Amino acid sequence: MKYVALLSVALATVAAGLLLGPASVPAGEFLRSPIVWQLRLPRVVLAYLVGGALGVTGVALQALVRNPLADPFLLGLSGGAGLGAVVAIALHLPGPWALPLAAFAGAVGAMVLVYRLGLIGGTGGAGGELDPRILLLGGVAVGAFAAAITTALVSLAEAAELRNAFLWLWGGFSAASWTTVLVMLVYAPLPLAVIAAAARPLDLLALGEEPAQYLGADVRRLKQLVYLAASLLTAAAVALSGVIGFVGLIVPHVCRMVWGRLHRTLIPTSFLTGGILLAAADTLARTAVAPRELPVGIVTALIGVPLFAFLLRRWTVS
Amino acid sequence: MDRELIVAIRDLTCRYADAPRDALREVSLDIHAGEFHAVLGPNGSGKTTLVRAALGLLRPVAGRAEILGRVASEWSRRDLARVVGVVPQREDNAFPQRVRETVLLGRYPHLSLFGSVRETDRAAVERALVACDVRDLSDRWLWTLSGGEYQRVRLARALAQEPRLLVLDEPTTSLDLRHEMELFELVRELVDTRRLGALMITHHVNLAARFADEVLILADGRAAARGAPAEALTRDTVERVFSWPVAIEPFDGRPQMIPLRQRKDAP
Repeated sequence: MKYVALLSVALATVAAGLLLGPASVPAGEFLRSPIVWQLRLPRVVLAYLVGGALGVTGVALQALVRNPLADPFLLGLSGGAGLGAVVAIALHLPGPWALPLAAFAGAVGAMVLVYRLGLIGGTGGAGGELDPRILLLGGVAVGAFAAAITTALVSLAEAAELRNAFLWLWGGFSAASWTTVLVMLVYAPLPLAVIAAAARPLDLLALGEEPAQYLGADVRRLKQLVYLAASLLTAAAVALSGVIGFVGLIVPHVCRMVWGRLHRTLIPTSFLTGGILLAAADTLARTAVAPRELPVGIVTALIGVPLFAFLLRRWTVS
Repeated sequence: MDRELIVAIRDLTCRYADAPRDALREVSLDIHAGEFHAVLGPNGSGKTTLVRAALGLLRPVAGRAEILGRVASEWSRRDLARVVGVVPQREDNAFPQRVRETVLLGRYPHLSLFGSVRETDRAAVERALVACDVRDLSDRWLWTLSGGEYQRVRLARALAQEPRLLVLDEPTTSLDLRHEMELFELVRELVDTRRLGALMITHHVNLAARFADEVLILADGRAAARGAPAEALTRDTVERVFSWPVAIEPFDGRPQMIPLRQRKDAP
């Protein structure tokens, strides 16, 4: 029953995204309109995919670091992606793919750095063990450092570049096309499958690393695989849409309240819910102040922060 | 009678990275099906290290630890979890959970990657709930349980793994007399009726002497004594290991330890 409701809301959100927009499409031409097919549909689909990816990433990382406040962007990825994007803008790199590729490279660079910091006790070729707490602290440090360089570059930039960089940093789907949808559709399934396959071991990890091992989880490999999958998924999401906060933080909490704590249901429902949240937020972003557009990250923050405050209050009271 | 050798530990020596001395030195231990072994010793004597090494979480510097004839560290975690059920000393409860869900975690090593919970899994969970007398608590939240109930639920989870060996790390710490006795009785019963092997780390010298078939006493990572309680728990050994004067009296054919007062005016 809850699943039916969730799927209905998902479909309604996509439908609303197709129907609403600054341009008015006559009802008779709706199914033939290039505005619907070439602009709105790919945009809604991309927003949904990115939102779903961020929701799943949030669930995976919160389970991994056993901290309900973990968020894809707390691990320094947004800082790296932002730096990459701003460098691309400052250097006037040509072509439509320069910016997403640079952002992707920045996010992956940050990921490698944070991963190295989080890897402790490595002896030679044996490799170390990922310490989730160090991973979080490393993420915060790397993110702060990248943000400092980003701000330095932006402060030296010209006005037009500055506006571009600023807008990109807050996220948006105005560049969405069927090509970007295709990129996400080809790229996302592998990391999503890795996380889905880890659903049961992630349940066990909630007990602690040693108890999880006694119940059959290969904790060391689990941590590495899930961290890499979640980071690569986030990197792609950031590269295609900019930095969109709060989806990865809020969605897992909402889903845990409705569906319980088992990851076999949490992972798919977080994907669906994250998609709903971001597709709805994007529809709002492009209609609220039409014909101008708000960065979608601002909308998710405006929805997400009060919601987060409410959830936080509920916990601290009970 | 089935006396299959489940755990074989030979001259096991372990050392943590950067530690000045061995955490475990040349310790040996055999556990057969249907045997209850207790490990005694002061804090820091290597009891938990022994369990970690026996179950392949810690690679020994020398000696070997085998489970069912295979070196412990060569088992995959999943395969080992189908053979050995552990009740760890501590674990987190980051998210609220019900009793039946908790016990179901014990079935995870038996489930396939994307497969769902089967009828055999549900049956195993029910049997474990009944065996540990916690079936009436099935729908309760974990955090509403008393300490004794909680430990029985964790033992039920280990039983749901359908193991050949049970390992319990200080399971009765902070339990009152009745719950403590109930837990020891339950482990003894499981060992006798199901021919499980059991390895229990405990601080309760007297209960270990009453319930266990064999005790291993560790001191500074070495085996100070090993064998049937009547042989291993001598006054000499206990006083030396625990650094306190004691008397040993027989009760029910088993040695029982009485700690002596240390008088202030003693010479």
